[in-house]
Amino acid sequence: MSTKKREVTAVVEPSPRTGHGMPAAVQAHGERGADPELLLGSHTYDSVGDRISGIVLNQRSHPFAWFAVFGIAFLFLNGMMLTITWLLYRGVGIWGINQPAGWGFDIINFVWWIGIGHAGTLISAILLLMRQQWRTSINRFAEAMTLFAVACAGLYPLLHTGRPWVAYWLFPYPNAMGIWPQFRSPLIWDVFAVSTYMTVSALFWFVGLVPDLATLRDRAKNRIARILFGIGALGWRGSARHWSRYEAAYLMLAGLSTPLVLSVHSIVSFDFAVSVLPGWHATIFPPYFVAGAIYAGFAMVLTLAIPIRAWYGLKDFITDKHLDWMAKIMLATGLIVVYGYVMEIFYGWYSGNPYEGYLIKNRLTGPYAPMFWALLVCNGVAPQILWSPRWRSSPAILFVVSLVVSVGMWLERFIIIPVSLHRDFLPSSWGMYVPTIWDWSMFVGTLGLFFFLMFLFIRFLPMISIFEMRELLHRLRARKAGEGA
Amino acid sequence: MMRTGSLIARFATADDLLKAVRELRGRGYTKLDAYSPFPIHGMSEALCAEDARLPWLVFLCGAAGALLGYGLQYYVSVIAYPLNVGGRPLHSWPAFIPVTFETTVLLAAFGAVIGMFAMNGLPRPHHPVFDVPGFERASHDAFFVEVRADDPQFDRARTEDILRVLGAMAVHEVSRA
Repeated sequence: MSTKKREVTAVVEPSPRTGHGMPAAVQAHGERGADPELLLGSHTYDSVGDRISGIVLNQRSHPFAWFAVFGIAFLFLNGMMLTITWLLYRGVGIWGINQPAGWGFDIINFVWWIGIGHAGTLISAILLLMRQQWRTSINRFAEAMTLFAVACAGLYPLLHTGRPWVAYWLFPYPNAMGIWPQFRSPLIWDVFAVSTYMTVSALFWFVGLVPDLATLRDRAKNRIARILFGIGALGWRGSARHWSRYEAAYLMLAGLSTPLVLSVHSIVSFDFAVSVLPGWHATIFPPYFVAGAIYAGFAMVLTLAIPIRAWYGLKDFITDKHLDWMAKIMLATGLIVVYGYVMEIFYGWYSGNPYEGYLIKNRLTGPYAPMFWALLVCNGVAPQILWSPRWRSSPAILFVVSLVVSVGMWLERFIIIPVSLHRDFLPSSWGMYVPTIWDWSMFVGTLGLFFFLMFLFIRFLPMISIFEMRELLHRLRARKAGEGA
Repeated sequence: MMRTGSLIARFATADDLLKAVRELRGRGYTKLDAYSPFPIHGMSEALCAEDARLPWLVFLCGAAGALLGYGLQYYVSVIAYPLNVGGRPLHSWPAFIPVTFETTVLLAAFGAVIGMFAMNGLPRPHHPVFDVPGFERASHDAFFVEVRADDPQFDRARTEDILRVLGAMAVHEVSRA
């Protein structure tokens, strides 16, 4: 049966019987032909809601692992508070940055975190537009990840300014100093891109939460919980007229977020590409950065989803099928990223420019060369085991690969930023970049902040979209009824 | 003056609800609403509840965002703080595109969210339907249809009969706000 023919029938009829050999991609595509592998077990609207809202409403249900991760994250977060205090007292000199490498961990980690955030928007917006129903059980969770990753990212440029208490100078407003921002600089584009991204991601996340907060309001036994969820639900009552506008607004937000997420990482890459530094001044940067962002983001989604679904018994909702799809996206974007590395080496040679040529030589054989080769192993070699369906279907292997990819993407930003800066045009101004203990404590601290916020979220808000899971269940039932007929 | 409130009937499944709404529309009822824990495909068509205003509002907000964003950059770079950088034109429009794009998306997104809630009359913490017994399940696994008392076809007894014939599990009267 051809793909095209099946899609047409799927829209007209609630799914005729499809052959078992049909690839899952085709099955998941039709409007009503939801893939039964996306929701396992025998569930009802009631059981779906109870399973997800129970995690929030029954505060005694949390496993020891929650306290362990939360405790460690809280410890790291306190390390970050100490670091920031010392930083504000002494200034950015406590970091390893100096001439010639004025950008170090602060920018590496900014780009790393913001890239991680991008998978959330990809899952919630782009997959919604493409009608990929497997997004349903992971979108809420990934959107929260986006918000917290962007919060971690935002700290870095803020602190890197050296005087974060006057960070509002970044925004254009009439002031007594009579000065205005320079709109021809990518750095001010970045301010607008990141703050817009943070705001729109928060709006998208909140809009998605409203019907679920209404569910929690109606389920909560505790009076305070009922009042708090009631405030958040804004009086949502599930009216069909409301749902109609709600769905329209949600779709438009997805349509707006899709170019937004692509623009944000493109603009982040302009911070480098618009300069004339060898290794930065390349037109391939925007697509290469966006692919890298999605790659790192899916790695982080997997890193979080694999243990959490085991601790909370959510394997019916976040199924092996979901892990499989995410692994495939990781593999695909990983190949794009490796293509980027190869092209950079090619440009170094093909440009005929001695500075570009030297940069590549320095990258491959210079003082930081071991990091470059580690990067190739992490991002280029390790993910290739995901070609094998057997290896891919093992959550443990997938978990390890996603950690390796996260390290790889961090190394990539190290290779791009200080390695390009430390040896540019004039050998007399060359130097080395070595991060200090405060660089490391800040980085570990933002990891603490991220997991701290993430674990608060899974405890106090529904981590899977309840209403969208019910809608999926409804589609699955329609499909079953169609098959039975 | 009518003293009765609207009638609200509970149905077992989403398909029963959709069938009931279509049937009521067929019998000439126009002031209907349905309540469900998730959006039901085909329901807004059945109710004729599609609202074309929201996309226009989003478009207008986006256009305003584009004009404001570009205007701000023009004002800053050409009028308020003209800086000669290497002889480049003050009005260097290609450099103004990224920020213009971001402000467009920002205002359009606010338009979509605030517009959607405002047109839905939310936030509204309390509503008379919340007093209907069992309505707390409307956010869980119950499906309701409401026939408003100001519908020209509305007749307390006859409408209730129709709802029961259509398979309503329970029919209640909504107290008037």
